[in-house]
Amino acid sequence: MDLMELPSIESLDDRVWPKPLKAETKALSFSYGSRPALKNLSIPIAEYKITALIGPSGCGKSTFLRCFNRMHDLYPGIRYEGEILLYPDSRNILAREVDPIEVRMRLAMVFQKPNPFPKSIYENVAYGLKVRGLTDRRALEEKVEQALRSAALWEEVKDRLSAQATSLSGGQQQRLCLARALATDPELLLLDEPTSALDPIATTNIEELLLDLKQRVTILIVTHNMQQAARVSDWTAFMYLGELVEFGLTKQLFTNPSKKQTEDYITGRFG
Amino acid sequence: MVRRRKWTEALFKAVGLCCLTLAIGTLALLFGALIVEGTGRIDWQFVTSFPSRRATQAGILPALVGSSLIMLVTAVVGIPLGVAAAIYLEEYAHRTWLTELIEVTVTNLAGVPSIIFGLLALGFFVSILGLGASILTAGLTLALLILPVVIVTTREAIRTIPAQTREAAFALGATKWQTVSHHVLPYSAAGILTGIILALSRAIGETAPIVTIGALTFIAFLPPAPFTTEPPYLSFEWLMSPFTVMPIQMFAWVSKPGEDFAGNAAAAGLLLVCVTLAMNGLAIYVRYRMRKRVTW
Repeated sequence: MDLMELPSIESLDDRVWPKPLKAETKALSFSYGSRPALKNLSIPIAEYKITALIGPSGCGKSTFLRCFNRMHDLYPGIRYEGEILLYPDSRNILAREVDPIEVRMRLAMVFQKPNPFPKSIYENVAYGLKVRGLTDRRALEEKVEQALRSAALWEEVKDRLSAQATSLSGGQQQRLCLARALATDPELLLLDEPTSALDPIATTNIEELLLDLKQRVTILIVTHNMQQAARVSDWTAFMYLGELVEFGLTKQLFTNPSKKQTEDYITGRFG
Repeated sequence: MVRRRKWTEALFKAVGLCCLTLAIGTLALLFGALIVEGTGRIDWQFVTSFPSRRATQAGILPALVGSSLIMLVTAVVGIPLGVAAAIYLEEYAHRTWLTELIEVTVTNLAGVPSIIFGLLALGFFVSILGLGASILTAGLTLALLILPVVIVTTREAIRTIPAQTREAAFALGATKWQTVSHHVLPYSAAGILTGIILALSRAIGETAPIVTIGALTFIAFLPPAPFTTEPPYLSFEWLMSPFTVMPIQMFAWVSKPGEDFAGNAAAAGLLLVCVTLAMNGLAIYVRYRMRKRVTW
């Protein structure tokens, strides 16, 4: 990839900054009870690009991701500070008056371990649509097929849509979860180490899918696998102990990191 | 050294086997005696007759009907209340000292002697609410009795649903109620139903609280039918009717002098055991069927 090919990049206090943005965190801090987990994070999410979050276990990258769909709200004793702005309407999704459900309607998430519902393949993909009040059978079927095609699963399951989702292999289950997430046409797709429970072939499948998908949806992916980040992402944020160490173009960050810590991590000296 | 340890092992095995034989043997003996004494008396006449002074003409019909109707009331009242309470405690309630207190209380209630529930019912349903010694009172009393069991088993069943499944539903934009009704309840239904049926099969054999509220031991009529020929075709008069239940009928026959009624008592006991076993069997079947439908 040539730097010159990329859309306009602004230089902002000697950092490259993506544009246009789909979302942006501003001074985001988060704590579980009295234990701070994220400290003052300002990270941009470029529209129709893949942004990867890397860092050693426990650095807060999953916690960061789960702020975006307010997943933390399900559990007591948590606190957000700062803002997460969702563009184009610049809505601060952490604002007190914003209902987490409203946020989750716009975003979708794929989890670390495949977690299909113990229902049929069809019901899994259709669930998000049903929650949104879509009841027309024809429309549902069409959407389900579309979603399964986008997740490259349609050919494998088209003859057994009523089969139990749990009868699929691990890799298929994860693609099903991806289809379930895509069915609702999310503006931003959150992926929490989506391939960590998969074998190398299933991992490659998912990665190829992601590269296709970024034409249509902005992707934020957490990964512990640096090669994966290097392979699929356009932008990378390196986090350590709840803080942002470095953010930049993936190519730049991996070949010419500006911080010593980043260099140590990507060269495998720690983490 | 090794030999001694082996010897200890053999000894433990033998002792364990003895204990098991003793327990199972006693049960088998009791059940056997019941069968020997009771089967002779069980026939159509026994099931369809009212009690009588003559042992051979006596039957268990009112007790059978009474037990069934009371179970109906107990189920209709106890199950929704218990399941709803469990859902609230598990999915909605925040952890505070109050919910902790409720939890401890509910668990302890399961261990309260059933006659205490009878006393409560006598004071509250019979005296204060003036419901009398009716089917309604008995049903409500047993509903209270099974409530803690239903709550505890429902909560345990709900807790087996992995957090990732809930999160998947929430991430798709589901509300709490949608998550509960579309996912949590269907996936834990097998466990909940098993708990409910086991609780009901316990309740059907309860005698103490029913005696306490003043059930009759001799009753020669059935409660009014729930269906009528005139509009609105439904009648709830049976709820206020006096009644008796199988264990009480059995007790009444056992306490009669003479050999004649002993056979009747055994037959009633046998019938009661059969109903209980059938309910337990149903619980196992339901669990099997539902587990097959939901595969993780």
